[in-house]
Amino acid sequence: MSAADKTVEIVRAMAVSMEENRKVLTQLDSAIGDGDHGTNMNRGFQAALASLESSGSFDTPADVLKAVSMALIGKVGGASGPLYGTAFLRASTALKDNASPSGEDVAAALEAALGGIKQRGKAEVGDKTMIDALTPAVESAKSSADSPATALRAAAEAAEKGADSTIELTARKGRASYLGPRSAGHKDPGSASTALLLTAAANVLEGK
Amino acid sequence: MVGLILVSHSREIATGTADLVRQMAGEVEVVPVGGTADGDLGTDPERIQKAIEDAAADELLVFVDIGSAVMSTEAVIEMLDDELRENTHLVDAPFVEGAFASGVMASTGASATDCLEAAREAKTEPKLG
Repeated sequence: MSAADKTVEIVRAMAVSMEENRKVLTQLDSAIGDGDHGTNMNRGFQAALASLESSGSFDTPADVLKAVSMALIGKVGGASGPLYGTAFLRASTALKDNASPSGEDVAAALEAALGGIKQRGKAEVGDKTMIDALTPAVESAKSSADSPATALRAAAEAAEKGADSTIELTARKGRASYLGPRSAGHKDPGSASTALLLTAAANVLEGK
Repeated sequence: MVGLILVSHSREIATGTADLVRQMAGEVEVVPVGGTADGDLGTDPERIQKAIEDAAADELLVFVDIGSAVMSTEAVIEMLDDELRENTHLVDAPFVEGAFASGVMASTGASATDCLEAAREAKTEPKLG
């Protein structure tokens, strides 16, 4: 299977994961946000998958990621749409016309995605956002970059830990920041969805 | 001539602000993009993109209100074709006052740079004395 086709399979697994975890994400978001993260992410990834399936075949992973980006920006809504859309767009740009990315290329794409989210959301580590999951994910991917599968598995595991680390944090960005100290004690929904997406990607490359 | 795109969470805020600008600058292209496609409060990147791509003006100033309006518009601009992106300017100014000042400036045939300057002045202009 070409890397482009594998990328489509990754998006399919992400769409399945967002559907399965829709309620969990919405519950997290109901605690400190506006309670629509699960619904929004599921809608966005189903739209992304539908757009890939109606487009036929792709030459490179970058082409797939760009199409996903357009669908996410258009269909997720709220702040997560432009943030995740930008992440996929920057990952696409980083991979360029690379038809068969290495583990290091995957780590570099994740780093580009993180850069896009930081720029768009103007958040940093410790603000209780998806950046708290993606930053350790990038570091781990870079140090386990033997193959795309090892890079993504390392990223997924680090993202899960990073998402758990947001529980004790006080939100400094987004709607949750209006809650101040009351936002502590809840996991950030954006960091949770980031960990789920990376886990779905790693599972596909490991053939799970 | 410079045109304006007005992106608000609310359809009424976008169309109301457009009415206000047109009253003083009727010949300027002003395109309101308010709310979601379903008519709810929110921002809609697909309609923002369409408004920018369909606009007839050579250069566009895009005004945004709060939160996701900024991020949605930035993401849309990043995805535009190179030429369109270079001629589309996201404006850091108050929504109503900035659009009004830029619209009046645009109606004189001023450049995008001058219209942006008018919006910047609207940002710091005191209302009381």
